[in-house]
Amino acid sequence: MTAAVDVRGLAYALPGDGRTLVQNVSFTVGPGETLVLLGRSGSGKTTTLKLINRLLEPTAGEVLVAGEPAAALEPTRLRRRIGYVIQEVGLFPHFTVAQNIGLVPRLEGWPADRIAARVRELLALVGLDPAAFLTRYPHQLSGGQRQRVGVARALAADPPLLLLDEPFGALDPITRVELQREFRGLEGRLGKGMVFVTHDVREGLLLGTRIGLMHEGRLLFLGTPEEFRGSTQPEAVAFMSAVDPGPAARG
Amino acid sequence: MNLLSFYSRNSAELLGLTWQHVYLVVVSTGAAIVVGVPLGIALTRRPAWRAPVLGLANVFQTIPSLALLGFLIPFFGIGAWTAITALILYALLPIIRNTYTGIAGVDPAVREAGRGMGMTDGELLRLVELPLAAGVILAGIRVATVVSVGVATIGAAIGAGGLGVYIFRGVATVDDTLIMAGALPAALLALAADAVLGIAQRRLAWQR
Repeated sequence: MTAAVDVRGLAYALPGDGRTLVQNVSFTVGPGETLVLLGRSGSGKTTTLKLINRLLEPTAGEVLVAGEPAAALEPTRLRRRIGYVIQEVGLFPHFTVAQNIGLVPRLEGWPADRIAARVRELLALVGLDPAAFLTRYPHQLSGGQRQRVGVARALAADPPLLLLDEPFGALDPITRVELQREFRGLEGRLGKGMVFVTHDVREGLLLGTRIGLMHEGRLLFLGTPEEFRGSTQPEAVAFMSAVDPGPAARG
Repeated sequence: MNLLSFYSRNSAELLGLTWQHVYLVVVSTGAAIVVGVPLGIALTRRPAWRAPVLGLANVFQTIPSLALLGFLIPFFGIGAWTAITALILYALLPIIRNTYTGIAGVDPAVREAGRGMGMTDGELLRLVELPLAAGVILAGIRVATVVSVGVATIGAAIGAGGLGVYIFRGVATVDDTLIMAGALPAALLALAADAVLGIAQRRLAWQR
């Protein structure tokens, strides 16, 4: 089966001073898999995401999306095949929920009735009642509802790959846990490849089928959550001790 | 001689001058929109152009109106087109500036989401940035139009016609009624333009 995304030797240096933000990052994410990119702020997680959908152009390395080289595609064509969810959601404030979710299908020239059906299907999928939400505007939604719409919008054109940049980072703790649980259910059902960026190790362990630990632009560790828990890699240990202070701290 | 009887005896002339006045304002503001809005959009794409373009527009705005007409006469002679040129130069700054400010004020997360979803720059501009900036852009057009109505009265000094004709004629003959005959409709015109564009602006600005 073709990988949803295949990243090989990816690197990115800032155009100005040549500072390296991402170095030699490689991973493969198959359908139904969620790779969590875990790391501190500035470790290169978000940059890696943006290199995949070419919001930033890699200085070295290769990205294959569903088997096709990303560099060979028009960036806009490439991005329409990749769902993208960001922490700030970025819903269009002058569009209704239905218009927001139906945007990429509309740009792709789907017939109106097919868009309408798809929008309803997606709203139900993310746990929002279509009848109540179709005609609402983003400012009439709670933070959690907004991010649900953001996820629905990213799924609209049924992309094989989803990129999520701290999607639940700005939510209150209760809503966050609620969305994490539901998202976990979605992962299995959707069968999409996902790259999920977070600095929250609990979230990473809950949602990831694999964890990629990033530090100073490098991928230090790549393995299952179980392997991550047992890792002796110092940065992994530092992250794990942030969850569980350990016997010494418990005294 | 009171104002009403003056108007009743000169209604055709009043109508003609009002029409000239409106013509000066509409043509110049229209041209300033055609030039200014694309220029404002260009500034959001080309940050290096921002300072020189806004600086130049600001210079035109700063020159006193009568002086600006004076500068233009050697090039364009006297008449309506010289006045229209001056009005265009005046109207450019608020239109360029508000187009730029309106688009630059769009939430960066909205722009990033749009780009990340695969919108082309044109689609982003047409479907997201311009609709969200419409209220601010129209506010600039409103300011430009109201200023134009005012400055257009001075056009009469260089033979451009308009309601300023009565004002200047009244000043020359020390005739208060004549001055008022031009000043009153010019003021009403400015208020009307402001009110109509104010309504349009509120309609166009998306409700939060």
